[in-house]
Order: sequence, then structure tokens, then C-alpha cells
Amino acid sequence: MKAFTYSRASSPADAAALAAKTPGARFLAGGTNLLDLMKLEIETPAHLIDVNTLALDKIEDTAEGGLRIGALVRNTDLAADKRVRRDYAVLTRAIVAGASGQLRNKATTAGNLLQRTRCPYFYDTNQACNKRKPGSGCAAIGGFSRQLAVIGTSKDCIATYPGDMAIAMRLLDATVETVKPDGSTRKIAIADFHRLPGDTPHIDNSLQAGELITAVTLPRPLGGKHFYHKVRDRASYAFALVSVAAVVQKDGTGRVAFGGMAHKPWRVEAAEAALPKGAAATAKIAFAGATPTHDNAFKLPLAERTLAAVLSEARG
Amino acid sequence: MKFDTPATTNPIDRLKVVGKATDRIDGPLKTTGRAPYAYERHDAVQNPAYGYVLGSGIAKGRIIGMDLEEAEAAPGVLAIVTAENAGKLTKGNFNTAKLLGGPAIEHYHQAIALVVAETFEQARAAASLIRVRYAREDGRFDLAEQLKTAPISSDGDGTPKPDRTGDFDGAFAAAAVQLDATYTTPDHSHAMMEPHASTAAWDGDALTLWTSNQMINWGKGDVARTLGIPKEKVRLISPFIGGGFGGKLFVRSDALLAALGARAAKRPVKVALQRPLIANNTTHRPATIQRIRIGADRNGRIRAIAHESGSGDLPGGGPETAVAQTRLLYAGENRLTAMRLAVLDLPEGNAMRAPGEAPGMMALEIAMDEMAEKLGIDPIAFRAANDTQVDPEKPERPFSQRKLVECMQIGADRFGWARRNATPGKRRDGRWIIGMGMAAAFRNNLNMRSAARVRLDGNGRVTVETDMTDIGTGTYTIIAQTAAEMMGVPLEAVAVRLGDSSFPVSAGSGGQWGANSATAGVYAACAALRDKVAAALGFNATDAVFEDGKVRAGNRSAALADAAKGGEIVAEDVMEYGDLAKKQQQSTFGAHFVEVGVDAATAEVRIRRMLAVCAAGRILNPKSARSQVIGAMTMGAGAALMEELAVDKRFGFFVNHDLAGYEVPVHADIPHQEVIFLDETDPTSSPMKAKGVGELGICGVGAAVANAIYNACGVRVRDYPITLDKLLPGMPAFV
Repeated sequence: MKAFTYSRASSPADAAALAAKTPGARFLAGGTNLLDLMKLEIETPAHLIDVNTLALDKIEDTAEGGLRIGALVRNTDLAADKRVRRDYAVLTRAIVAGASGQLRNKATTAGNLLQRTRCPYFYDTNQACNKRKPGSGCAAIGGFSRQLAVIGTSKDCIATYPGDMAIAMRLLDATVETVKPDGSTRKIAIADFHRLPGDTPHIDNSLQAGELITAVTLPRPLGGKHFYHKVRDRASYAFALVSVAAVVQKDGTGRVAFGGMAHKPWRVEAAEAALPKGAAATAKIAFAGATPTHDNAFKLPLAERTLAAVLSEARG
Repeated sequence: MKFDTPATTNPIDRLKVVGKATDRIDGPLKTTGRAPYAYERHDAVQNPAYGYVLGSGIAKGRIIGMDLEEAEAAPGVLAIVTAENAGKLTKGNFNTAKLLGGPAIEHYHQAIALVVAETFEQARAAASLIRVRYAREDGRFDLAEQLKTAPISSDGDGTPKPDRTGDFDGAFAAAAVQLDATYTTPDHSHAMMEPHASTAAWDGDALTLWTSNQMINWGKGDVARTLGIPKEKVRLISPFIGGGFGGKLFVRSDALLAALGARAAKRPVKVALQRPLIANNTTHRPATIQRIRIGADRNGRIRAIAHESGSGDLPGGGPETAVAQTRLLYAGENRLTAMRLAVLDLPEGNAMRAPGEAPGMMALEIAMDEMAEKLGIDPIAFRAANDTQVDPEKPERPFSQRKLVECMQIGADRFGWARRNATPGKRRDGRWIIGMGMAAAFRNNLNMRSAARVRLDGNGRVTVETDMTDIGTGTYTIIAQTAAEMMGVPLEAVAVRLGDSSFPVSAGSGGQWGANSATAGVYAACAALRDKVAAALGFNATDAVFEDGKVRAGNRSAALADAAKGGEIVAEDVMEYGDLAKKQQQSTFGAHFVEVGVDAATAEVRIRRMLAVCAAGRILNPKSARSQVIGAMTMGAGAALMEELAVDKRFGFFVNHDLAGYEVPVHADIPHQEVIFLDETDPTSSPMKAKGVGELGICGVGAAVANAIYNACGVRVRDYPITLDKLLPGMPAFV
């Protein structure tokens, strides 16, 4: 771990301003990902701005009939919130499918969105990785890629976004609220938040330098039946090979988003129109143009079958 | 004491303490955090500095430049050890690759430097400032490719050649029913809870190493040899070990580098291997490619059986002896077993829990299931029909005990095997397809020379000292039980001191030989102490009965403590073995039963029930023996379903080298486990009449899971681990 300096933020706007003017600054919330990466020198921030003391830990009703989730709401608290369990069950299910109880107690809503890939080549600093060290190459391409992306990849990166919570957020059309270094705020649709690797895989999302997430809002509840089906090699404490977040209405229409498939939560709205026709029709559209490797081609039939299981359960 | 005739009745047979389910006596120390582990010897070492190991960034080649200046100038740095400045080091007898590499690099993450600093964080930060320039060389990383030209190997005795009995080729060709299948097992990591760790301190030219090591005397010898100092100048202390599984049989880089770092820094130094280093820096269970051929009559009698296994290792390494059990487990007049050993430039392969049999049984016991199906015979009936009470290669040599058939039958009754439908895919529970599988369990019993010292004090307290180790197995407790039984005192009157090279040399912990061998050594020492006590009390030793804290003969009785009134009585002896094990084959047997569910949609496999039935001689402590077996079953479940060190064949390393990437079972993967021990004694093993269970418990588990998966969904996977991607292509459509 590189030596770093540390300060506590006094307000979201001050935190953003400080981050923008301090070279190598990063925000510290739960630290469940960042601190691990610092110990391995995959992340080497020069300065940490601790945002834990900011009052961003409330879940509030919005005027539009949705929920506003403070950036610092811990995963455990979010998953257990009565309103979330009642109206956004897919979100609760996604959260409790991830990590462990101890990690969920620490991990925050905003931090979870910023979770970095678990590609093993990203984690090994002896290996080439464009995400860790831009321009160094991608050792994962042609290497052990069982967990990695099957769609939206580039010649520079085939990493996956590893999280569960964000898959449900994407399904629910959440909005990420931020404050910028100049004190202004903006709202980023979750669809525009995570990005594909392209030729800049070191950039995971659309946040600007210094920009701080203050909340994530959910629109009005969708109703319907909620599912989060996570498929993995062991029963708990493993990243998804494939996960399916879905909300299915009585008439068979609904929404679906996939985890473990791409560099971002994978939702293709055009594919959702095919949901009443079944999993095969939906998957065909959702994964058109997929570029799997030898190791991870199984994810495509697996995603389709997992969706089939969800739709079967929705009917039952 | 020499053990060269089968045991007759002896004090252990009273079974007042031995054989009773007993809580481990070191339990309170462990549950309250007071058991001292190697990295936490604050009690023994003042002001230790911290070492951090830098591993090689390439798998094969040379270091052409190493810039230490920036690291040396970093805050808190006290010393940096490299091959260049460490002085002459000789490779240990038990090591294949050097523990400190450079300039030549033999494998990925081979240690190339140790940074010693005031704090762990300073050492770690400075290690990343070392600039290393490498000249990469091509390496051999693909086992299947290298096996094409690999020579026949052996496990040590004589010129390497296949072992042949009868005419395999002729009998196989003539057999009415044939199986010819190839199975693969991947590289496995021990993944023990406690990483390899050591604290080193020099007193002049004498070195003390508090280290996590299963084999104290081997370790002491190799530390002395590597450093070029007399053995008498080395002391190893290893009273508590947080898991070993064979990964700590040998001195590893933590111990050597702690010693070198302490010498360089002129201060005690402690080193724990960081988790991401362990998979590639230390040893692992080597991958195998195994071909099995079985030819049988229509009535299910095996006429020909062949098992050929290939594995790889660094130059000078050895094969994974995956064919060993096939020489002994089933009958058949015509037999062939052979091993090939490829040279690989991957990290060093070596022993992991039940080396040989664990991966060998994973293959053989699928083959037996496949063969039973071809024959249309129940898998248990097929195995029973090919049971043998003699060594099939040397029929004049019987097994000392062999209750394989009983294990299978008892297990079948208990598990409800009769409910199994031999046709796959017939049982459903909602979306889950249910299947049952079984496999035989087999592991040889090894007896090793083992010594102990026993002290009796004036309060009647007995203290046992031996360099035996407790790697979580329960050694402390069975040794205390043995001494209590022999001396006729309650368990509470016995203290056990282990894992110190200043104590008599024991069998150590490995190869499931520890329990029987180490307690036999304690038996011998206690027998010597009984003689001294009897003499002190004026009894004839052969007539004296040691019971309830007293010594009795005829109608005279004296308190045991009285013998030591004038001062402590100390006795030491060693148990040595004659050739009983040559005349009779000593093995342990069992049967594993598994029920799985396979998700009809995703092909995820979840185990629902597990049962092991074991026949392994006298069970010294049924409680800790059960713990050993359920732990082994868990490890077997991991090998069946998820454990695999993924090889990057381009760069030559295990890619998933942390516990996020190398998945081992979590609680949610392991269902109810049941263990049954047959009531058995084996008088040819030792006066304890015991054998081992810690490795028996893993042998066959993987195949039992594989066979249950097949029974559930009808997909036969011959390449472990059986992950869902291998099942999906064979699964029926799910809509």
C-alpha cells in the first residue's frame, strides 16, 4: 500500500471540491473494495476523503412516489428496509445475494455502484491490464476468462461488472444523484452510469473528476413479481456467473436485466418486448452480437435458461 | 520398543479413556485465542520486525537486474534479502525448487526478495518499490501437451516401468464388457486457514524458528541444510498449526526468509505468506490425466483392469501416484498400472491430503460406476463381486483387515440406497433433479517410527513430550488419552507438549499416519515409565495394574504419585516397526454416499446429504475422528464441484490465486453429514490397533458426487471439477 493522506469531508460539495483539486484523491465510504485494492496497489490514491460522516444515510419517500436512498445507506439497511422489501423486492434479493453479512454491513449504496471488476488479471499487478494500467494490454484476452464478459467487450478489455445491487438498480431505472466540484448537482440515469470498456477500460462510469454520489433514487414501484436469480459455482459468497433480475407482470410483460455478462449491468429494453414469448426470444435479442470466449460461451445458454427458470416461476 | 508381532491384549484395550468421544483438550485455548500460532509469538519474541515476500513476476527465465535502492530508502526498512546477498544456500532435501530464487527463476511467485521493516505496512510498501528486470524464457505449462512425450515414472522403487500382473492386453481384448475412459483432475491448492508463517530469532549462531510445520524433524534438517549450519543449532517450535493438508510438510519460503531476514536485520523477524502468493509460491496437488480400462465378464467379474496416470512437476520432482489404490482395491487376474511424469515449469507439485489416492479414487470410482451401468449391475453389488481379501498382485499376501463390503452394505441401509433409481432423471423435487451416488473409500495405512518422553511428578501428574504436531486433527487429545489409559490416570492428570524439536522425534503429521504412529510412540514411552514406576514402588512390572491413580499387584496397592516422591521419573522410548506391513497389507476402507440435486434450468449442483462409513481400525477418539472425516468429505465436495487452480498456459501460473478466485466450499454448500465407524481393531498396525481416518475421509468423495450427478441428470462428466458449464450441453431443454 502506498502512503496516503487522509481527511474527513465536511459537506458533499466540499468533498467534491477537495477531490477535484487534490491530485490522486479518492472518496472513502465502506472501503470494502477500495482498501483491498490499495493493499494490492491496484489502487494507489494519494489522498482519501472520508465521506462516512456526511449525513447521506437516510432512505426517504420522494414526491413522485419513489424512494431516495442516501449514498451512505449500508447494503444491510437498504435490503432490510420495509418499503424496499415491499415495493422493490428485486433490490433486496439482489443485495442479499451478494458478498457476506459482514461486508454488507459496511458496504454503501454509492460504493457498491463503484465496485471494480474482479477479473483475475486486473488483480495481479504482474499482468497486463488496460483497466489497471492504461495501454499495458489485456492479459485476460486469450487467458482464463470463465468469469468474464460475453457481450459489449472490446479488444482492450473483457472485464465484467461484478456487483448484484446495480443489476436491480438498472432494472428499476434508478437515478444517480451527484454533486460536482463546483457545487452544482446532476442526475444520471443508471443506464448512462456504467459504461462499456471501449478503448478506455480504465474508466468504469460516467462520473467526472471529483464528482460525488449523494443519493440513488428509485421511481414509483412497478408492481409485479420480483426475481433475482444468481447462478454461481458455490451456494454463497461467490460472484455471479450469470444473474437475472426481473419484474414480471401478470400478463407476462416485464423487465429483465442481467449480471455477469458485461462490463455493466446488461439490460436491453428492446428485448423485454419479447418476454411474453419466452426466454429464448428475449435472450436472442438481448445478446445479439455477443462475443464470448471459449471459456465463457456457456454463459449465453445459461443466461437464457436462468431467465426461463424465472419466467417459469413467474407463471407458477 | 519394536513392534514386529501382532498386538495381543494390552492396557489400551481397557478403553476407559481411549475410544471415548472426548472434547479436544486444547479447545479452550483455541476458542479463547490463547493458542500461540507462529506469527503471533508475542510471548516468546520481543520487538520483532516484519518481513514481506516479493514473488517473481515471471514463471521461467532470469533476473537480469534488481534495483533495491528505492526500497532500501523507504521508511522503516531494515534489510532486504535476495539470493545475491543471502550467502550460500543449499536446496532442502524436501524441496524441488529453491525457496529463494534468483537469478534463475523456476516458477511464478518464487520468492526473490524479503523486505524487512519496522511494520508490516512499511515492508509491504517497500517491496513494491523493488524494480526487477527479467529475461523471460519459454516454459512448459501444458500438461496434456507435455505428457505426449513424458517418460514412465515410478514412486521410487527401482527402474520406472509399468506394473503388470498376468496379461492385461489379452484379457481386456477378450472381455465381454469393456470400459476405456479418460478422466482429469485439476491442480488443487491446500487453502488452509492459517497461511505459511514463521517467526525467527537468532541467538549467536543458534536459530529458533516458531513456524507452522507438520513435520518438525524434517523441517529442522532442511533448515540446517539450507543455511549450512549444524542441525543442533536449529530449533523448530510449532505447537499449533492452523491447517496443513500436506502444504506444511516441508520448510517453505516463510521459514527460510524469516531466518535470513532476522540474520540480516539482527532482530527477530516474522513472515506470513500473503494469501495471493500462496497458490504459486508453495506446493499444490498436481493435476492428473488418467486413463482407466476395465474388462469384465457379463456376470460382473473383473478380468482385466488398467490404470495409467500422467502428471507433471518441475525438474527433479515426482509423480502424483494416482494409480496406487488400483493395485489393491479390486480383484482381477490381469492388471496394469503405470505413471508418466512430464516436466512442467509450473509451481512445485507435492503432497495434499491423500496424495495419490484422492485424485486416483476420483477417477477409478467413476469408472466403476460406469462399468456397473454397462453391466446392468448395482454399483455396490459390482464392487462387492470384485472384493478381494488378498493383494491381487501377490495373492499370498492378505489384507490385515478389510471390511469394504460391510462398509458399503451398512451405508446402503443407512442411506436408503434401495430408493435409488438406476435410471437417471427419475426423481424430482420441484426444479431439482435428484440423484444418489456412492463410491468406495480406500487409503493405505502407514506406520512411522515415533518417539516420546513421559514424565511423572510427585502429584501424580503425567506430562508427555514429543515433537509430534497437531494440525487441527486432535493430536493433543488422543495422546493425552493414550497416556491416561497407560498410566491409569484421568485425562485431566495428563499434560501434552507438542511440536518442539527439542522433544523426541515423532512420526509427525502426514499421510494419515500421525494418530496411530504418534500414540504408539507414547505407548512405548509409557510402557518404559510403567517399568520405572513399578521398580520404584517395588512391584514386578509384568504383574502391576495401573488404575485409578494407583498401582496394584496381588493385594498390595500404592498411589502412582508415590513413585515420584523422591523426584520426577522420566522415561523415553521409540516405537519402531518390523516387517508386519510387508507380510500383510494394511489399508483403511470405507464407503461414501451422496445425494445431490441438479437444477434443471441452470445445472447448478447442490449436495443434499452425505454419509461416510469407515473401517479404519480402532477409533481413538470418535469425536475428533468424526471431525476429520466430515472435514475430508467437505474437501472432497470442493474437489468434486469447484476447486481448480486455473493454469494460464501462456504465462505459466495459477491465475485464480486468492480465496475469491479459488473457491472452496462454504457452509451453504455442505448439508447434513453423517459418519459411521465400524467397530474394528487391527492388531497388525501397532499396540494401539488403530489406523488413520483423516485421508480416508476424502478418498472417493469426489466420485460419489460425480456418480450422484450422473444419476440425477444423466450427464457423465469425467473432468473435475463438475461445474455447470460441463453439464449444460447434456441437459434437456428448459422452457
